[in-house]
Amino acid sequence: MEPVKTSSSLERESNPLTIKETKRKRPLLTDGVKAILCLLPSIILIAIFVYGFIGWTGYVSLSNWNSLVPDFSFAGLKNYAYLFNDFRFQADLRNTLFFTLFFIIAVLTSGLVLAILLDQKIRAESLFRNIFFFPMALSFVVTGVVWQWLLNPSTGVNLFLKKLGMAPKWYTSVTIIPGIEWGKIEFGVPVAIIAVVIAAMWQMTGFSVAMYLAGLRGIPDELREAARIDGASEFQIFMKIIFPLLMPITVSVIIIMAHISLKIFDLIYAMTGPGANFVTDVPGVYMFETTFRGNYYANGAAITIIMLLSVAIFIVPYLISSRKGGA
Amino acid sequence: MSVRVVTRPILYAILIAFSLFFLMPVYLMFITSLKPLDQITLSQMWELPRAIDFTSYKEAFNKLAPNFVNSIYLVIPATIISALLGSLNGYVLSKWKFKGADWIFTAVLFGMFIPYQSILIPLIQFLREIGLYNSIPGLVLVHVVYGIPITTLMFRNFYASVPTEMIESAQIDGAGFFTIFRYIMFPLSIIGFVVVGIWQFTNIWNEFLFAVTITTSQQQPIMVALQNLSGSQIVQWNVQMAGAILAALPTLLVYIFLGKFFVRGLLAGSVKG
Repeated sequence: MEPVKTSSSLERESNPLTIKETKRKRPLLTDGVKAILCLLPSIILIAIFVYGFIGWTGYVSLSNWNSLVPDFSFAGLKNYAYLFNDFRFQADLRNTLFFTLFFIIAVLTSGLVLAILLDQKIRAESLFRNIFFFPMALSFVVTGVVWQWLLNPSTGVNLFLKKLGMAPKWYTSVTIIPGIEWGKIEFGVPVAIIAVVIAAMWQMTGFSVAMYLAGLRGIPDELREAARIDGASEFQIFMKIIFPLLMPITVSVIIIMAHISLKIFDLIYAMTGPGANFVTDVPGVYMFETTFRGNYYANGAAITIIMLLSVAIFIVPYLISSRKGGA
Repeated sequence: MSVRVVTRPILYAILIAFSLFFLMPVYLMFITSLKPLDQITLSQMWELPRAIDFTSYKEAFNKLAPNFVNSIYLVIPATIISALLGSLNGYVLSKWKFKGADWIFTAVLFGMFIPYQSILIPLIQFLREIGLYNSIPGLVLVHVVYGIPITTLMFRNFYASVPTEMIESAQIDGAGFFTIFRYIMFPLSIIGFVVVGIWQFTNIWNEFLFAVTITTSQQQPIMVALQNLSGSQIVQWNVQMAGAILAALPTLLVYIFLGKFFVRGLLAGSVKG
């Protein structure tokens, strides 16, 4: 909406100061033009650094640049074909799928449960809230370093679990359940990925608690009261009223978590690395190693384009729908 | 009063169990960092240190101090510049909407969700070209540019709550684009700057991918140095934990003292623009 620009002559007469102002200034640029000029540098930066660079990466992914010396000759889809036939990349796709799935489920359920509990007018609410939120202020690198030690099979939590007769191998396990032959890999849930999910959940649960708590606080009490008067049980109120009202928040949390897990790099790089048989490897780690340690630039670029597409599937509809919904 | 699903004792039991899960790593970090190396044995891992010993902090500090300083040189200019840029953009996109502004905003927002790996190869080529590769100013530039979407989003939402009538009456009094920003919007956005500032500070301080690919040894920010510490030959867990605490301290302090604003930023960054 463009604010009104004309000032009436009445106003000018009643305010001598502004007369001088307006007479002295004969602006070459209207305010609307100034506004656009103000935004222009950012638009240009984003156009180059986001869209231009993505285009360039796309081009590199179709080239033969797989050594230190840039080689931009056209290779077609060779690099993509290589990746989809590659043991490591197939393992990455499997790991990313299960990591994303478990991570989202863990963050959503723990976040919802904790938010509901915190919303029960409990004592020391802010203390509990702070305990759940503070890991979000930390770096994934710090989280990775600490959990690497906590879930090391010979140290950490296993010192307790051994007393109970358990000794999980955590991220050092190479078991895949059920381990069906699929392409070059065994398909199934890599047990080692559970350890990474625990660390990631430790870091990100606070986000969904905060989101759900804000959502719960936004639901007017009258709604609940009315349902109670109509004879609904607390469980029914939750299932029929509260949960549907929290749906937009659930969608937001799923999308934010999905995009974090599809591009995850630092947590896994700091905590486990690729792991034996690549059981904890993800595209982010593969891309980093093949590009910056192995100089396979075109392969690395192809990995990132696949990562970008997987994120875009979630993000583009989300952005378009919130543009229509908001503003 | 909200949903009553469980009885009070069960409710507190669940909350306390989760709290223990969240605090366990912190407990381990602190007790380990305060132990001398000869007390770092498996049997004593969870035990409190027999005497408090700061040698691991001294060692971690000696190793990480230069990188800590790098991070400070990185995070302060990057936070200030990206917040200023975001506030100008937010002002334009909330109060001076032109035709197509919403589409441009959506296109800008996409930039905050992309995996940064997908721009990394051209970015490094570009930084080499302009001579900013392997330098803190180069990292500042990167964080300012890729901070534009989130800071713009936060300020745009923040300024949406400033009534348009205020702008209109200022215009009637003869105030122009920049005068309105300088004398009306800017003074109203102190909280906006605090929220965005904390958000950018935390994210840039904690960032790893750009840091590890754009800088080498001397220029590396703290998180890369911490990661290197854990990759070194003999793993001294006490030094590593002390290092992790040192690296986490600035953002943790910000959270402790300004947590309210941190959570606001968290919510602002995700709710619909």
